[in-house]
Amino acid sequence: MKGRLHPFLVASLWLLALLWLLPMAGALLVSFRTLDDLTLRGFWSWPEEITLANYVRAWEEAGVRRYLLNSFIITLPSLVGVLLLSSMAAYALVRFRFRWAFPLYLLFLAFNMVPFQMLMLPVFRLSNQLGVYDTYWAPILFHTAFQLGFATFVLRNFARTIPPSLFESAVIDGAGEWTLFRRIAWPLMLPGIAAVATLEFTWIFNDFLWALVLLGRDELKPITTGLANLRGQYITDWPLIVAASLMATVPTLLVFFGLQRYFIQGLTLGATKG
Amino acid sequence: MRRTPWLQSPAAFLWLPLLLYTVWVIYPTFSTILLAFSDWDGVSPQWGWVGLGNFRRLFQDPAFYQALKNNLIWLVVFLAIPTSGGLFLAYLLNHPLPLDRFLKVSFYLPLVLSPTVIALVWAWIYHPQQGLLNSALATLLAFLVWAWIYHPQQGLLNSALATLLAFLRSLGLPVDPEAARSLGWLGDPKLALGAILAAACWRQVGYVMILYLAGLKTLDPEVVEAAQVDGATGWILFWRVIFPLLMPITTLIVVISTVDSFRSFDLVYILTRGGPFHSTEVLANYMYLAAFHDYQMGYAAAIAVVLMAITIVPIAFFLRYTVRREEG
Repeated sequence: MKGRLHPFLVASLWLLALLWLLPMAGALLVSFRTLDDLTLRGFWSWPEEITLANYVRAWEEAGVRRYLLNSFIITLPSLVGVLLLSSMAAYALVRFRFRWAFPLYLLFLAFNMVPFQMLMLPVFRLSNQLGVYDTYWAPILFHTAFQLGFATFVLRNFARTIPPSLFESAVIDGAGEWTLFRRIAWPLMLPGIAAVATLEFTWIFNDFLWALVLLGRDELKPITTGLANLRGQYITDWPLIVAASLMATVPTLLVFFGLQRYFIQGLTLGATKG
Repeated sequence: MRRTPWLQSPAAFLWLPLLLYTVWVIYPTFSTILLAFSDWDGVSPQWGWVGLGNFRRLFQDPAFYQALKNNLIWLVVFLAIPTSGGLFLAYLLNHPLPLDRFLKVSFYLPLVLSPTVIALVWAWIYHPQQGLLNSALATLLAFLVWAWIYHPQQGLLNSALATLLAFLRSLGLPVDPEAARSLGWLGDPKLALGAILAAACWRQVGYVMILYLAGLKTLDPEVVEAAQVDGATGWILFWRVIFPLLMPITTLIVVISTVDSFRSFDLVYILTRGGPFHSTEVLANYMYLAAFHDYQMGYAAAIAVVLMAITIVPIAFFLRYTVRREEG
């Protein structure tokens, strides 16, 4: 849009942006202070000493290292599964003309919007019946399955922009469907896949509820439920809890700043997150 | 005509995604409806049917109505604050500005953080002694008291300060700087819900802003310029030209806000577990506690079914919108 903003509006915008950054900036400052200093003198005071001890204790003693590792063990296989299966489904829904293509697309879309409360109890029961409750498999299988709805929805709309003539000419050259999928559809869907991958990584990595429902053992907990655990354990040791929280955000921040364009694109492509 | 080999058919690509989706998503959705008519406790292999018993109990449960009311408050606040705030920010940030990327990132950064991290950081902010908020209030009050005591002349500034302090006292707020450090934001039933909602809005504003920014990018610049040539500026341009053009996105945001408010769980569960005295209770948290603390799966399923009945309206609306767009 053209035209300049009134300086007063620009100033308010800056003030508001700084206010929005204050919680995280404040958390960053607190993570370098000692508990005694904070308790005695409050946050808005000059720190008596700067220390890295909170980070060291969170990493070693409070188990952030283990929790972060668990997060990756759960997130990466789920992500690969979602991307592979949803791109296959998207390809099938676009490439083949069959009566069920549109109803199936709607099925993926509709159940993606079902509130998680409707799934919670049967998924818990199912994971028990399949014998995967309280193993890494439970969240991996569930995330892969549930995120298929959103990913298929977005990728199918992306795949529709591929001109059908590209497939047809390859068929004349004797290529089978799997070759078409691998050699033509995947490379052309890649920007969409990148957008979906960025979002799905963030969502699965940040998931709290399903880790709470499907995992009981502390050794298996990802960083989200692990952190909530720390709060019970270190009750009011805020410098430590805040330091641990900040470490938990590093992986998603890296993905976000590395692939920011795709993240925003993904959010606006399908604003129906589940 | 030759039959297509199975490996070259859509079934080869679709069977595995569909199987997983059916087992983990579609079947559970219907299964919850059945569970709502049972007395399953989550552990025993044997359970019976109780008909409408769970629903009858639910509609006489004061905590359920409190949760429902809080979810509705959540929805009203989401529609009022982050929606208009996000629109306003997107409109301003759509103008050429130095360092606009920094400004945008500061607003949508909370979106990248996990709800757990948001909850813990805000739990710290609200902590009476160590938190950011009370410490800020105490420092501010100490300054006000200092300015008042040490400059007792009848100047305009000082009489304004005196009025402010008297006003704060009349509200029952602690004016003594040390007392400000004992304000329990999450422990006081009158303050707790507002405190949680502040954290929720802090996150939601960036999301709304991104959606509106994307919408503003798709506006036809010629339409806007034509309106400007006709003399529309400022508020007129915004309300009469731009806002109506953004209507599809506004509709989408209203649907998302509705669904999101009825799903709110993580912040409440981590910050207060619905307390004190159910003052921050929401349906999702009440359901979780019924299921995994009281082992009343049937009762919890009934809560889920009521929640589904409420959110099915915006969901159906959204689906219809998507199908129409597809056909049109």
